[in-house]
Amino acid sequence: MEVNKGKTQIEAVQKDIWAPEYFGDNPDLYNVHEVKRLVHLAPVEKVLNMARAHSIWPLGFGLACCAIEGLMAAQGPRYDLSRFGYEVLRNTARQADVMLVAGTVTTKAADFVVRLWEQMSEPKWCMAIGGCAISGGPFVDSYHVVPGVNKLVPVDVYVPGCPPRPDAVLDAFLMLRAKILDKREYLQRSKGKVVTG
Amino acid sequence: MIDNAALVEELRQKFNYIEVNEQSTVIVPKDKLLEFMQALKDDYALDFLTNLTAVDYIDENKFEVIYNINSTAKGYTLMVKTSVDRDNPELPSVFPIWGGANWQEREVYDLLGIVFTGHPNLKRILLDYDYEGHPLRKDFQWKGGRE
Repeated sequence: MEVNKGKTQIEAVQKDIWAPEYFGDNPDLYNVHEVKRLVHLAPVEKVLNMARAHSIWPLGFGLACCAIEGLMAAQGPRYDLSRFGYEVLRNTARQADVMLVAGTVTTKAADFVVRLWEQMSEPKWCMAIGGCAISGGPFVDSYHVVPGVNKLVPVDVYVPGCPPRPDAVLDAFLMLRAKILDKREYLQRSKGKVVTG
Repeated sequence: MIDNAALVEELRQKFNYIEVNEQSTVIVPKDKLLEFMQALKDDYALDFLTNLTAVDYIDENKFEVIYNINSTAKGYTLMVKTSVDRDNPELPSVFPIWGGANWQEREVYDLLGIVFTGHPNLKRILLDYDYEGHPLRKDFQWKGGRE
């Protein structure tokens, strides 16, 4: 027929250009890397990040006095972390998103800090709250203190202070939210300054 | 009701090997320690070891181990001291007499390296098990910390 006049010609050309497996069973269907190359999930990732950023669940885990500021006072009625949806302190590493390392990390404690971090499921973030967690603080010259928790786990937000005020911890949570949502202009505002809340 | 000074005086009469200094502290030689402590618990109702610690006297090449013992029934307290050689610091454990000595002796072993013979579980308690050295000794040297 007139309509299918060039069909065989086209098929012949296609067979020359394309490998034969593109017209039958595609072996690349079972190749994960090939599927990753072809299928992009960037918009889904954005949606997931929105969900993650507005429900960061901290791990209920405090090492020393900073836990009173970073975990308890920030959760209390005055500096209510609940208004952001970050009040759900999980007591198991399985369900937590962020680990707040609040307090002095001694060499003996370093073992279970790393173990808790490795037990947390991805995606996960870490905050170093207070001078001890950042750098060892006043105990940095001691024989039993880890000079900063970044020696053990990757840290996303550093909150300076001894202790930091609860509003500084709040600010750290907002910065972490900006980091998850990739809001660079929010983080640019505090660039080059130490944010103390 | 017996008060502290009378108790120390009575101990001085009864045990000829102890010394009493001007602060009413009883000083016992190391080899008589266990029998003296057992007598304190059995005959003088000193049933509670409140504190066990040690001091490093590096100039005199000795450790002094200090026991603060309290009587919950009678209400008096007693301080007992004993000396250990610094090169070979071994001392009988008082854990069989007062169970509370368990962790306190582990702490003294951890920080000063005094070995308590007869202790049921003499491991480090504050520092890592693989830590080297005893930090409360006066000659403890350490490098590290800030970078």
